[in-house]
Amino acid sequence: METITLNSNFKSEEYFINMGPQHPATHGVLRLLLTIDGEIIKKVEPDLGYIHRSIEKMCERDSYQQIVHLTDRMDYLSANINNEAVCLTVENALEMEIPDRVKVIRTIIGELTRISSHCLWWGVMGMDVGALTTYFYGFRDRELLNDIFEETCGARLTMNYNVPGGLMFDIHPNFVKRVKDFITHFKNKLPEYDRLLTNNIIFQKRTKGVGILSREDAISYGASGPVGRASGYSCDVRKHHPYSALDQVTFNEALRTEGDTYARYLVRIQEMWESLSIVEQLIDNIPEGEYRVATNAVIKLPKGEFYQKVETARGELGVYIISTGVKSPYRLKFRSPGFSNLSLLNHIAVGGKIGDLVATMATLDLVIPDIDR
Amino acid sequence: MPEEVANIAEMVLIALVYLGIFAIAGLFLVLLERRVAAWFQLRIGPNRVGFKGLLQTMADAIKLLSKELTGTTKADKFLYNLAPYFVIISSLMALSVFPFTKEFQAFDINIGIFFLIAVSSIGVIGILLGGWSSNNKFAMIGAMRSGVQTISYELSIGLSLLTMVLITGSLQLSEIVEVQKSGWLIVQGHIPAIIAFMIYMIAGTAETNRAPFDMVEAESELGAGFHTEYSGMKFAYFFLAEFINMFIIAAIATTIFFGAWLSPFGITESIPWLGVFWFLLKALILIFLMMWFRWTFPRLRIDQLLTLEWKYLLPINLVNIMIMALLVWLNLTISF
Repeated sequence: METITLNSNFKSEEYFINMGPQHPATHGVLRLLLTIDGEIIKKVEPDLGYIHRSIEKMCERDSYQQIVHLTDRMDYLSANINNEAVCLTVENALEMEIPDRVKVIRTIIGELTRISSHCLWWGVMGMDVGALTTYFYGFRDRELLNDIFEETCGARLTMNYNVPGGLMFDIHPNFVKRVKDFITHFKNKLPEYDRLLTNNIIFQKRTKGVGILSREDAISYGASGPVGRASGYSCDVRKHHPYSALDQVTFNEALRTEGDTYARYLVRIQEMWESLSIVEQLIDNIPEGEYRVATNAVIKLPKGEFYQKVETARGELGVYIISTGVKSPYRLKFRSPGFSNLSLLNHIAVGGKIGDLVATMATLDLVIPDIDR
Repeated sequence: MPEEVANIAEMVLIALVYLGIFAIAGLFLVLLERRVAAWFQLRIGPNRVGFKGLLQTMADAIKLLSKELTGTTKADKFLYNLAPYFVIISSLMALSVFPFTKEFQAFDINIGIFFLIAVSSIGVIGILLGGWSSNNKFAMIGAMRSGVQTISYELSIGLSLLTMVLITGSLQLSEIVEVQKSGWLIVQGHIPAIIAFMIYMIAGTAETNRAPFDMVEAESELGAGFHTEYSGMKFAYFFLAEFINMFIIAAIATTIFFGAWLSPFGITESIPWLGVFWFLLKALILIFLMMWFRWTFPRLRIDQLLTLEWKYLLPINLVNIMIMALLVWLNLTISF
């Protein structure tokens, strides 16, 4: 990135601009208070709370089955993985034996969710740097996944497919065939993404060397997911603390060391390939068996504290439950990936231009309901 | 009828005809853009209003006309209302000099190219005024970017056209076409002409504020840029002017590089009115090229935009003019 030093003979004046809560680049109701000098960003202050629904407080009122439904409304692009996080916490607390079939299906659905989330991200990323066409290419492939989810559980966005003890329904008879069709389709289409955007010289100029996050900063800001991994911080929960059927598969953790916007972009592209390979390894070997273990109608967790983390499309989602032995948790805390990833925006966007801020924010892949909860 | 009255009546009539062409061309180009975009984006595009969606933009125009005009109370009312007219009038004026056929040319002045460059730069005043008077920071950033961008790329447009003027030896558009009867200028000038054409297309795209140079609007950065505060028909003026400007850029390229109304290899030389067809066909191909740019490329950043112009296009252009001058001097141009 070329840096421009202002000639001190010119008097420059910083001014303030309100980016959002209604702004095309903030993808939701995030408000950024920008202090700008001409085009150069001096300070970014995120202002949250526009879509706060007090989900954590509502959890203290609800039963554990009901809590699962609320998690769909947090990071709505990785709804299945959010569901899984709560279910795993509850199941671990109850020390339940989960059938292999459930584990494998959960992993497949989770990885498909990750691909679908990254498809949307890729489309929006292109749109943020000014290439509108990518949006429709990303949605073309995401649509196929939504169809699969719809056939499996009847919903396209807020799936509620996981329940404590297993799955809401068994997979549809067409599921295996359709997923295989999708894999063949997407393997042809993913190189198209590279031809349209990744290899574009303007795109590379816009993203290389922009918004650099060092490994140390990534760790101290609590960055996770592709944001952390692009800075060389190996933080894939799937690799370090495998859950469900992730210990049965082999995959590479997408790691890069540059830490710039382009690296974050490439990490997500590579993750789509890895997720495809995970699904490919599992789809032929779905074991027979029960799709759900019977639980009590009212689940009561034993007294104590329970924590489980999973890797959503955005990073590490942690569920922390304090239980007093009644039907609802005493306190439930979500450690959402978006919140910590947003917190480093000021650190990496300062000194860049407005265009850089938008490109950088796109690679943080923020989902605002996940940040506000 | 006294002669003056007849003259004025003729002028008014011509102006009305051109206004008609202007409106129809604008409406058609908006539709074309949407259909082309849809084609690139795996969509169908507007196809319901009228035959194959031909009346879609007409319907949009009626909607925009009937909309309430909203604006900010703190805007500078006079300049705010004036701005769209600057933009649209400058486009309309540029349209008057194009030779659609040998006869079909409203205004054949001896400084044709100079007139085109001068008139098309007036439009930026409208954008600057609109952005400034809206009293909106996003609009102002957009307007400032527009000023920077247009001033820079005007140079490239002027220089690349000047390269071709070296061959023709005249700024008058009808004479430029006359010269091209022995081969279109892009053939006559071969390598430097092709370089000049490429620079012209890049600068022309930047001049019309279209992607990948749409810094002025940059919807993911500035919302709607300089026309954030405009609504209804005032917005439509800006919108329409953008498409007319695209046509103007394509039409200039057609006239200077591709022989205006001349048919390829003179196949329809005996039917002169077909010149309109050839002119529009060539212009449409170039317009399609610009749409192709827009729906494929990401947007540049403002400093990259200026780097491209001042560090690459301008030096290349200057060297290119020298080469062209040498070619003309040594009689190395190709003509049949």
